[in-house]
Amino acid sequence: MPIEILMPALSPTMEKGTLAKWLVSEGDTVASGDIIAEIETDKATMEVEAIDEGRVGKILISEGTEDVPVNDVIAILLEEGEDESALEGAGGGAKKDAAKDQEGAPKVEARKTEAPKSGSKSDDSDSGESKAPPAPETAEGERIFASPLARRLAQQAGLDLTAITGSGPKGRIIKADIDAAKEGGAPARADQPKAASADKAAPAEKAAAGPRAGAGAVDAPGFVPPADIPYDEVKLSGMRKVIAKRMTQSKSHVPHFYLTIDVSLEKLMAQRKDLNARLEGEGVKISVNDFIIRASALALKKVPAANAMFAGDKAYLFKRQDISVAVAIDGGLITPVIRDAGAKGLATISREMKDLATKARDGKLMPEDYQGGTFSISNLGMFGIREFGAVINPPQGAILAVGAGEKRAVVVDDAVAVKLMMSVTLAVDHRVLDGAIGAEFLAAFKGYIEDPMTMLL
Amino acid sequence: MSDTKFDLVVIGAGPGGYVAAIRAAQLGLKTAIIEREHLGGICLNWGCIPTKALLRTSEIKHYLDNASSFGLSVKEVGFDLKKVVERSRKVAGQLNAGVKGLLKKNKVTTIMGEARLKGKGKVSVKADGKTTELEAKNIILATGARARELPHLKADGKLVWTYKHAMTPETMPKSLLVVGSGAIGIEFASFYRDMGAEVTIVEMMDRIVPVEDAEVSAFAKKQFEKQGMKFILEASVEKIATKSDSVTATIKGKDGKSTDMTVDRVILAIGITGNVENLGLEEAGVKVDRGHVVADEWGHTGVDGIWAIGDISGPPWLAHKASHEGVIAVEKIAGIKGLHPMKKELIPGCTYSRPQIASVGLTEAAAKDAGHSVKVGKFPFIGNGKAIALGEPEGFIKTIFDAKSGELLGAHMIGAEVTELIQGYAVAKSLETTEAELMHTIFPHPTLSEMMHESVLDAYDRAIHY
Repeated sequence: MPIEILMPALSPTMEKGTLAKWLVSEGDTVASGDIIAEIETDKATMEVEAIDEGRVGKILISEGTEDVPVNDVIAILLEEGEDESALEGAGGGAKKDAAKDQEGAPKVEARKTEAPKSGSKSDDSDSGESKAPPAPETAEGERIFASPLARRLAQQAGLDLTAITGSGPKGRIIKADIDAAKEGGAPARADQPKAASADKAAPAEKAAAGPRAGAGAVDAPGFVPPADIPYDEVKLSGMRKVIAKRMTQSKSHVPHFYLTIDVSLEKLMAQRKDLNARLEGEGVKISVNDFIIRASALALKKVPAANAMFAGDKAYLFKRQDISVAVAIDGGLITPVIRDAGAKGLATISREMKDLATKARDGKLMPEDYQGGTFSISNLGMFGIREFGAVINPPQGAILAVGAGEKRAVVVDDAVAVKLMMSVTLAVDHRVLDGAIGAEFLAAFKGYIEDPMTMLL
Repeated sequence: MSDTKFDLVVIGAGPGGYVAAIRAAQLGLKTAIIEREHLGGICLNWGCIPTKALLRTSEIKHYLDNASSFGLSVKEVGFDLKKVVERSRKVAGQLNAGVKGLLKKNKVTTIMGEARLKGKGKVSVKADGKTTELEAKNIILATGARARELPHLKADGKLVWTYKHAMTPETMPKSLLVVGSGAIGIEFASFYRDMGAEVTIVEMMDRIVPVEDAEVSAFAKKQFEKQGMKFILEASVEKIATKSDSVTATIKGKDGKSTDMTVDRVILAIGITGNVENLGLEEAGVKVDRGHVVADEWGHTGVDGIWAIGDISGPPWLAHKASHEGVIAVEKIAGIKGLHPMKKELIPGCTYSRPQIASVGLTEAAAKDAGHSVKVGKFPFIGNGKAIALGEPEGFIKTIFDAKSGELLGAHMIGAEVTELIQGYAVAKSLETTEAELMHTIFPHPTLSEMMHESVLDAYDRAIHY
């Protein structure tokens, strides 16, 4: 009997996802373990493995289809000796009906359909729905009190509990707080008149009117393209939507200010050359960016007040430096995290970064690879950008935007000299960090970059 | 009365009022409570408590009637109705005295008399023909409610009863008609049926205990019918005519035809209406809608300094709802920060019939109406070892979860002792647990509570014992 391949659940809470890509075509023979498709949710892309062997009889859901409900039949696999005629009555082309009409039967088939394999860790798939989101902690290991329901709702909505103020007993975060945060803003703002995103507002104002409008910009596109300009319509990926939502949230909620400083790369380049020569043959090549990650982490260690997170009526000052590094990938960007970067040497950082960037580009990052982080770095130097201001990645307190290293005419000892310089701009959440602290951080950062030997101390 | 100035005056000393007064005293408010009849209110004197005493009698009688199935032999089971009622009154009396002591211990000034609002911040109390005036920064109305009567359905206290008369019968009726199948109607029906009366229940809706989940209603009806009760659904009593020792009720059925039925006694259990009269509400500007005071989610009436809690401010008419509202209102008055208003879906409801019924949160239909996609679990008593050992293999526990978030939306139970089980789900709901925490909770074996676990497991197709 033909085997139905069902839309897998990538997580206990997943209800639907995008069938991003088919890696097999109708007629292809697949063996158990072959990767047959890629499924995308707003958080990750995962592969679907075949568990049975056979021939792909029919693909029912074409690639690129969004919002495919979990357990819908996405393809039919023919077993040995079966031909296309077996598709009839096997729900071929019947799509959803196949799953619905045979209550009971699909359950058995569902087990035959391999749950997504995602590297070595996929504990999500076997514990089923009973898995509770872990109790969140601050980076200091301090427990955040939140009801189980609030934890799960926050996880589903992509909200960071550390940024939410609880209104339950002793500040416990409860469902109402998550609902309020989803509506936009702190719980105290829940009673804010909804007119904030009044329809009368001009489109431009609307987009900037606040979190409510911001979320709407993703959920309910309001703009109609002009009729006389040809265009391509591009559907937003899950990642794109998350970026849109989070960046709107950040820009409309977090009071940013910017501090720019120029640093000399002269010594660093020399040091790098020397180090890489020594590392030759070990497969490690330290990049300028690796130096920047380490220097940032050490500067944060030196100025812990800059390693901060705003949390309503309190701030958290982290004692570990987890650096999120923006990596551009197809269709957007993602920020894998170098954990405890302040305690890691350049070679380790370099190796980890290379690994994370590869995973990121292949869409293989696991949530633990990109969630969290206490500080971000965004580097557009390789594109020749001289300097820029980045958008803070909430709930973090700051992000460092790194420009290109370039030769500039600078004044040294009252004479113009040619030096390899780089400008960096720190975007700071003014609710938790002030100019002086930002400046102190940048001074420390400059110190490490301009005299990289000090990074060894 | 020397002292006439208070921070808070509570009118009515039922489970809403006296709890509010004690909480206020704990918070340091100078508090007085005014009661016209009896401390503890209806709940303690003429409601929850004395009926539980009566139902205990009928329950034991039921066991004795079935003694042989437990291997016991009982020669003859009889009862002395006077003593049954006496016990019930004694229980009420004991608790009434207890409330008096609690108020005294907490230094709440207790005043027996009739209260009336007298302009801003003033309350007059009439007692023994004398009128005193009290000043209060805040006033809580907690006068409760009484049985609703309709123009054509009035109790005479002899043949046609309200709950109050039904609690102190002088003779055991051979036949009884109960009008209304809510908690009050069903409890009396259950008591009188177990005591040997022929019981017929008339209900306007298409199912009994209409506030409960439809599956519970259907199961309850089947169980009661097995015990010999009769139900006339989608019907109403058009009129009643009393003779010397019998009542003839004219019942209009769903086919529109009227039939007469003659019974010994009739119990009216057609809802309740708030005690809103003679309180000076209109002059004070307090709004009354369909027999109940209008108040916001904190119990505030909209008139400065005047609050209303419990039955007088609307359904559900439950003692624990009144108490909780009282505490919330008092804490609001005391200016405590971070309060949350009462969430109605967190108020459990219990009916002490045989079998018992208990629930909290949304019914399956209400959950679906509210737009939830649901996961429903159900576990029968027959799959539980303790239930079988108790000789109570009939009943079930049903749980309803939001499919997406795993929020426990509602729980519905029918069967032995379920009124003592429902608090587990009430705690779960209050703490906002999801199915995961309930699944990970270890329930002791052998207990009826294991069914609570299994019901949750069943919602996720993981039930073990069924």
